[in-house]
Amino acid sequence: MLKYILKRLGVAFMVALTVSVITFSLIYVSGDPAVALAGEAASNDEIEHIRKSYGYDRPIPVQYMDWLGRALQGDLGRSHYLKEDISDVILTRLPNTLILAGCAIAFALILSIPLGVAAAIRPNSLIDRFALTLAVVGQALPSFWFALIMMFFLGIQMRWLPISRVETWQGFIMPSIALGYYVTPGVMRLTRAGMLEVLQSDYIRTAKAKGLRPMVVLFKHALRNAIIPVVSLAAVQFGFMLGGSIVIESIFAINGLGFLAWETIQRGDLPMMQAIVLVLSLFYIVITFLADMLNAFLDPRIRVT
Amino acid sequence: MARQDSQSIARSGAVPSAAPAAEKILEPSPASQMRRRIFGHYGIMIGGTVLAAIFLIAIFAPLLTPFDPILDQDLAQKLKPPFWHDSPKYDPAHPLGTDLQGRDYLTRLVHGAQISLLIGFSAMLISGVIGTALGVAAGYFGGRVDMVVNFIITTRLSMPVVLVALAVVSLIGSSLWIVIWVLGLLIWDRFAVVMRSTTMQVRNLDYVAAAQACGCSTLRIIMTEIMPNVVNHLIVVATLEMAHAILLEAALSFLGLGVQPPAPSWGLMISEAKGMMFFDPWLIGVPGAALFALILAINLLGDGVRDVTAPENRN
Repeated sequence: MLKYILKRLGVAFMVALTVSVITFSLIYVSGDPAVALAGEAASNDEIEHIRKSYGYDRPIPVQYMDWLGRALQGDLGRSHYLKEDISDVILTRLPNTLILAGCAIAFALILSIPLGVAAAIRPNSLIDRFALTLAVVGQALPSFWFALIMMFFLGIQMRWLPISRVETWQGFIMPSIALGYYVTPGVMRLTRAGMLEVLQSDYIRTAKAKGLRPMVVLFKHALRNAIIPVVSLAAVQFGFMLGGSIVIESIFAINGLGFLAWETIQRGDLPMMQAIVLVLSLFYIVITFLADMLNAFLDPRIRVT
Repeated sequence: MARQDSQSIARSGAVPSAAPAAEKILEPSPASQMRRRIFGHYGIMIGGTVLAAIFLIAIFAPLLTPFDPILDQDLAQKLKPPFWHDSPKYDPAHPLGTDLQGRDYLTRLVHGAQISLLIGFSAMLISGVIGTALGVAAGYFGGRVDMVVNFIITTRLSMPVVLVALAVVSLIGSSLWIVIWVLGLLIWDRFAVVMRSTTMQVRNLDYVAAAQACGCSTLRIIMTEIMPNVVNHLIVVATLEMAHAILLEAALSFLGLGVQPPAPSWGLMISEAKGMMFFDPWLIGVPGAALFALILAINLLGDGVRDVTAPENRN
């Protein structure tokens, strides 16, 4: 187990390092960051001044090491636009995004796992067909459009839910659904396929033959084994949601990291942009690492190979 | 080895003359079985028909309406309602009404199909080439190559696609082709993952060993032994990724950093109509429904191809 953890940790570390290099070079995509910051009307003197004051005149490897060293100590630099410490800004915005992504993944799992199990118990039944239709339709709905449609019907026509910039729990309902529904088809199909396979196995027949109650067989024996791939998928999707919340957050004006990212991109605030990409990538790396550990815990076979 | 080969040929019926005549009458040929499966599959038929219709609409877009999607602006004609509104303001010249600038909505819609299809197909092609090359190399060579490719895939997956695409587009400016290249260079991960695992399965089969024993070059083995046997998986992923690219373009354009106005991109049309959605909701309903229909058709087709070519993968 320890060997597996160390190996997995080493990979995660290498990925994080590579991501940091890519993120850092992001500001050189457009060419000279000093020119980009100064704007089109700037004179050569102004550009030189900006280059010096932000340290863009140093060799790129030196800049990278400096940036990485500070980032490791939790100092992501100062925002060019907000004139505040980036770490502080990100920390104040992060909770909203975490709540949103958490609610979204919870919504997705609560909807898709029971549906997947029900569909697997009775293949080709009405509920199986309903689940399949929901999956096919769900995968084709553009999330930003679905969000607008929900806003129109639930927010404007029915006046059931607040439509934007509300920090109460009701304000999170529509964004969570809009962010989470996209994950349900994948999780549902995986749960269904896993359950179908497991339900045909010998130990399920043994458990039934022993006279265990159907519910115990279903949830304690079957679901526990069928859920293992779902854990990985849910973790990956949770990571994607943190980055994908940019669209949903900007529609519902939720003051989270995604909305911050959108504002930052529009302002051309390069250090902030770098920091957000880095933070979101690191989140993904940590989450998938934790999911692998959970899987190794649930399934001893993973630890050995 | 030789005996096994001739047996497998006889079993699969790839060479008709090898099968006895009686058997031929009793059993339909694989090709006609496949045809029957394709034409009997609702998903393929519905998805294929809708996709073909959208494709034809995109090609013949300039012939379908008398207007130009960008130039024919007339502010006096703005926000005409569509035909189902039954309003006195309805103008039969504009069946789907007009937008905020008085441009014919039907014209914008059919020209928007061109943009979606072009972006979806081109980005899928770019990501397909990158992902397939990486995946097949990893699956075929294994060992260190596999480790490196796995590492590249993991790194790519940990970068948030929408955010990186937005950042890059905002830094280098946005145009149709920049969006295509940025998306193509970002969404190859599923190609690589699927091609890696399927190549790994095929690579250990006897006919690959036979080809190696015959002294075929690696390139030849990959092109003539591996690729034909993984191509059905490739098609399935290609449809998924084409849909993915179209959705991403719409999202980028919706956020204002994809295709730029006045181009009639569906995502952009929804974005422009956002401010009017409480008064004229059909302005976001129409392009959104078009987007939904296109993605649904592509996904149905992809699912259908998977069902028909590899029944064991059905779920």
